[in-house]
Amino acid sequence: MHAHDPKLSADHSNEIGLYAKRKSVFPKAIDGPFRRFKWLVMAVCLAVYWGTPWIRWDRGPYAPDQAVLIDMGNRRFFMFDIEIWPHEFYFVAGLLIMAGVGLFLLTSAVGRAWCGYACPQTVWTDLFQHVDRFVDGDRNAQMRLQKAPWGPAKIARRALKWSIYLLISFGTGGAWIFYFADAPTLQHEFWTGTAAPVAYATTFVLTMTTFVLGGFMREQVCIYMCPWPRIQTAMLDEKSLIVTYKDWRGEPRGSVKAALKAATPLGDCIDCMQCVAVCPTGIDIREGPQIGCITCALCIDACDKAMADVGRPRGLIDYCTLENAEREKRGQPVTPVLRSIFHPRTLVYLGVWSAIGLALLFALGQRARLDLSVAKDRNPEYVTLSDGAVRNAYTLKLRNMEERPRTYRIALQGLEAGAIFTDEMDAATAARVLTVDVAPDTTRQLRVYALAPRGSKPADFAFVLAATDKEGGSDLAATTFTTAQGNGQ
Amino acid sequence: MSKPRLDDATGVETVGHEWDGIEELNNPLPRWWLWSFYACIVFAIGYCVAYPAIPLLNTSTKGMLGWSSRGDLAKEMTAEGLRTASLRAELDKASIEQIAADPRLRRAAIDGGHAAFKVNCVQCHGNGAAGSAGYPNLNDDDWLWGGDVATIHQTLVDGVRQPGDDATRMSQMPAFGRDGILTAAQVQDVVSHVRVIAGEEKPSASAQRGAAIFEANCAVCHGAGGEGSRAVGAPKLADAIWLYGGDRKTLTQTITNARYGVMPAWGSRLDPVTVKMLATYVHSLGGGEEAPAPVPDIAAAAK
Repeated sequence: MHAHDPKLSADHSNEIGLYAKRKSVFPKAIDGPFRRFKWLVMAVCLAVYWGTPWIRWDRGPYAPDQAVLIDMGNRRFFMFDIEIWPHEFYFVAGLLIMAGVGLFLLTSAVGRAWCGYACPQTVWTDLFQHVDRFVDGDRNAQMRLQKAPWGPAKIARRALKWSIYLLISFGTGGAWIFYFADAPTLQHEFWTGTAAPVAYATTFVLTMTTFVLGGFMREQVCIYMCPWPRIQTAMLDEKSLIVTYKDWRGEPRGSVKAALKAATPLGDCIDCMQCVAVCPTGIDIREGPQIGCITCALCIDACDKAMADVGRPRGLIDYCTLENAEREKRGQPVTPVLRSIFHPRTLVYLGVWSAIGLALLFALGQRARLDLSVAKDRNPEYVTLSDGAVRNAYTLKLRNMEERPRTYRIALQGLEAGAIFTDEMDAATAARVLTVDVAPDTTRQLRVYALAPRGSKPADFAFVLAATDKEGGSDLAATTFTTAQGNGQ
Repeated sequence: MSKPRLDDATGVETVGHEWDGIEELNNPLPRWWLWSFYACIVFAIGYCVAYPAIPLLNTSTKGMLGWSSRGDLAKEMTAEGLRTASLRAELDKASIEQIAADPRLRRAAIDGGHAAFKVNCVQCHGNGAAGSAGYPNLNDDDWLWGGDVATIHQTLVDGVRQPGDDATRMSQMPAFGRDGILTAAQVQDVVSHVRVIAGEEKPSASAQRGAAIFEANCAVCHGAGGEGSRAVGAPKLADAIWLYGGDRKTLTQTITNARYGVMPAWGSRLDPVTVKMLATYVHSLGGGEEAPAPVPDIAAAAK
């Protein structure tokens, strides 16, 4: 990389200000394969975001029928056929780790593709820039309007544009809340003013963040606020795809006319500035790789179009790895893109990513849908009864994570002379095995007494929970039985 | 220490301190910071006027809004009282047996009783209601006066040995040793006998002698077999539970000097709803008994 800003190497004179005023960016409309791909990604992203909460999913009578639902009130997370309880949150943590490693993988394979295509900031900025063009016209009209004094026409256009911004922002902020409650119900409540205050507050906050971040801050979020570009620049290597201006082919630049007059042959770049005009972050890619470049490839579309117009080969600006750039410069054959995508680093990331994914899938298939936990009463630790028998009390929590009522058997393992009964039973009917019903998708708390005859020794034992239906499944919770002689060991 | 000088790179004056070649620029405070600072001062003045702020000798300024943390607490307590008012009214109206029979009321009473127990009862009966020497364990199945919920309620209302309460629980045991009813040797024999029927000792000559003394002096209240009597609050002796202790020394003391445990009459100290909740809570601890079958009214049958 060459120092493209001569000022940075200058002495410590007063000419470098630490503050730079934002230069408004008015990207020009462009069509081309990358632009069309960007349209597609944008459509998919927006459709996923707005559509997901409205997908219905039949889970039977005991669970919500929304495919993706984060039910904070009941502390459940539904995702199609998967239901996550709070104690299974590691699945969500695993998904987040996969998302993180996935970004590493994507970055090492195709550079900042996330930034260029799928990041919400990019998608919404793009959407708002289309609104700009729809209301104000293309780049030049926008620039004229910016300079124009405030008059009725400008006020009208600004009012219209900001209203559309606000409408989109409201749609964006408002859609978020549907992930947290039954979407049709909440929609009705929202418009009739009966939804929870937090729904309105969330909608308001997200409307305003979308309005400000997408409508006004735009590329400044990427350049100043977001940590990800910094991390990504550290993750890129000589095999990562980045948008490259092939200066060895383009320089010295000059218009077609200038080339005719020039004494020495000029490069392919006709200095038409189209790559700068279409750039959504307002940079000049010809200055080399830089943090402002989100690799959206619109300048590739623009340059290809210009090259076609003057009859020169496409790809003066193109996705290229640093390694291939060096090879091309020296006139050596370049590595095909697919080969450079699958280099050891991406393979390692892919391996880690898939390993986590497979482990999660495996854990998901193996996870128990019932659970038992036991807390022993510590005050009093034991109670001596009239006949000298010793009674210990336990609080059992039986989790039924299935969407149907289930019947469980609770049995004693160990404590050979002991028997158990609940606080709703008579001590005389104490037995080694109890049968209890647990409602669907709930945790039932049960007080259970364990009874051992006079002179019993303290002992360690366990409660065993087993489902009686044919799907079965069981869980075991170890605990201890205390007598006047102490605890079990 | 170096002299303040103009810094070349920034054109800002330095403050004149220097440590290991590191100097500090004398930049003015940022505008926004200053304005926030002024805004804080204005806010503080307003706050001092509106809220209690300035300490005086015995009190402090009250503030124009009349806010106080005690007032906040009072408001919260009132709100909580209103929230539970209907439930308390229901508990007030229901009899103790009706509460026991209604799962919703019973649950509420147990929760409320648990809280009231922590305030009023733990001092003697302990946090887990396990009692200690002289203070009954409320978790077990042994009751001095009866373990059904109505009897527990009555014990709570009138207390034990509460002066001035006619219905209070009153058990009387003579101080057999101190009052000279039995000799020291006879007391030891009774101790042996009591420990035998409780299963703590093997039969002995002393216990046999004690059996006869027990028959003559103790059986009238404690029963011939030491089964106790809830009517007079005489503890069951033929079991594994001791109120004061079952070792020889403690039993000797008990028989020599007698024991007179007391409990306040909670009916005159707490409101009726709280007492009902306490009774329900104590009944739920694991030793609660079913209400005895109603005794046929002989007087009515005779008519």
